[in-house]
Amino acid sequence: MTTSLGSRQASGPAAPAAPLRGRRTRGLALLLLAVALLAAAATSIVLGSRDVSWAEVWAGLSGRADGFAEAAVAKRVPRTLLAAVAGAALAVSGLVLQGITRNPLADPGILGVNTGASLAVVSGIAWFGLVSPTSYIWVAIVGAALASAFVWTVGSLGRGGATPLKLTLAGAATAAALSSFVTAVVLPRPDISENVVSWQVGGVGGATDDKVWLVAPFLLAGALLCAWCARGLNMLGLGDDLAAGLGEDVNRTRLLAAAGAVTLAGATTAVTGPIAFVGLVVPHVGRLLLGTDHRWLLPFSAMGGAVLLLVGDVLGRVVVPPSEVDVGIVTALVGAPVLIAVVRGSRVREL
Amino acid sequence: MTTSQPRLEIERLTLGYGDREVVHDLDLVIAPGDVTAIVGPNACGKSTLLRSMTRLLPPRTGRVLLDGKEVHATPAKQLARRMGLLPQSPIAPEGITVGELVGRGRHPHQRVLARWSQADDRAVTAALRATDTLELMDRAVDELSGGQRQRVWIAMALAQETEVLLLDEPTTFLDISHQVEVLDLLTDLNRTSGTTIVMVLHDLNLAARYADHLVALHDGRLHSAGRPHEVLVPELVRDVFGMPSAVIEDPVSGKPLMLPIGRHHVLTRDG
Repeated sequence: MTTSLGSRQASGPAAPAAPLRGRRTRGLALLLLAVALLAAAATSIVLGSRDVSWAEVWAGLSGRADGFAEAAVAKRVPRTLLAAVAGAALAVSGLVLQGITRNPLADPGILGVNTGASLAVVSGIAWFGLVSPTSYIWVAIVGAALASAFVWTVGSLGRGGATPLKLTLAGAATAAALSSFVTAVVLPRPDISENVVSWQVGGVGGATDDKVWLVAPFLLAGALLCAWCARGLNMLGLGDDLAAGLGEDVNRTRLLAAAGAVTLAGATTAVTGPIAFVGLVVPHVGRLLLGTDHRWLLPFSAMGGAVLLLVGDVLGRVVVPPSEVDVGIVTALVGAPVLIAVVRGSRVREL
Repeated sequence: MTTSQPRLEIERLTLGYGDREVVHDLDLVIAPGDVTAIVGPNACGKSTLLRSMTRLLPPRTGRVLLDGKEVHATPAKQLARRMGLLPQSPIAPEGITVGELVGRGRHPHQRVLARWSQADDRAVTAALRATDTLELMDRAVDELSGGQRQRVWIAMALAQETEVLLLDEPTTFLDISHQVEVLDLLTDLNRTSGTTIVMVLHDLNLAARYADHLVALHDGRLHSAGRPHEVLVPELVRDVFGMPSAVIEDPVSGKPLMLPIGRHHVLTRDG
């Protein structure tokens, strides 16, 4: 990923070309990732704080929920689906935000987009009597959009425009502030504060089939927008002047792609609460393996994000049985070291 | 590439950023099929003018015309098929390969969902061959030397297959040998494909040697324009750079060669 700092002549260690090249190699890599995704999904259904046998899994999947085990399995199916789509959405959102801002540190969690969505939802519930889950999603998307516009504005202040580090600091500060606002809004309201944690640290434990189906069209719309912009994002990577000189309408691409990324992050947050770092870790690995072409990075990020969130959720379920750790905490544990590694390894530190 | 001669005209153009006006009321006609160099001191509006010619910067007043059609009213992709711009310090995404980067020059010729075509393939191979970077194709751009990298950027501009190519200081940060190499390459391009080349150059003498026409800007206004021997005269250097100088005939090229006159190391001081 490029940083807009300084000239290329002052570059640090040269980044080697991505190891996986050629359509066939990359296609194979995506295929392997798809297999990993299936394996992770299967694990997510089988493993949990309650052990179940394969027979019970089968019974649960085929809709019978007679015993405890079958009921547990039936509950794990929507949970698995939600973890997969949420992970995919967050990773794609992160990838696209990175492309738009030309900033390897962009992530809907780190930049405060998810917390913005979260605050919008709890404010809506507390003050405007928001009840229908569909309205949660709309309000969350609006909150996400406002938060991203705010962070972008603050991060662009001063000399040099929106440099990666300024944007990240603005985002982290905003995320922290908004998170306290969430607490402030929710604490005096015991009716909402029951699940206050899920509005501060996201998880997929509360998944139901209804929730998954409710959020699916939003995620599909966001994903299509992002996919439509794939080639435009490649162009943005060359800098605005060059991209525009090559015939790309940079403002339109940025706006459309941002709309896609914000929809994905906002809608996901409306059902899971804010989950950070998925959008940072997965695209980073993708770029290391596949290089800079968003037409490959998008499907990679979608599947990789799904795998990461599924595995994270399973880990959260089995580390301290019988209780569970929210997947938002697990991704933070995985993601924070990656954030530090990216900052140390790239020219971002030259600021 | 087409053999038709693109007419690039600038009419009463005024440009600026914020409340600062950078180019004032400029009229200029770019000679089609030739190499034009824009010279002038720092911050005289050279780069601003170049950016405006590819519709990156809308004019305050006046207009830029390509074959009589206003550039700023032409759709971006359509314009990018005819006119390319290589900015001064372009940025390459980290880890991108030479082949991939040059391939991105094909963007204006591609539709949103279209696959890579044979025409794309041919254009990229031709561009790599012309710039002698074919063997670098699978290398990462970050790993290359400054001179190699600049040739790769020019390859990308070539892959765009435009009739007009604008370059903002294509030789900055390069060793003198690489500067000459890049200018030779652009001359090859001009002579073999008839591409109209407009470049901003820092070095007056290299500009006078390699350009068919010089355009001298001073404080955002046109000072003089014409053949190198008409433009590069001591009066220009005095007016625009505020420095006395002598101009002799370059024994290598027969073009004018400017020799600066400072306060020291001068045998006879005249003027």
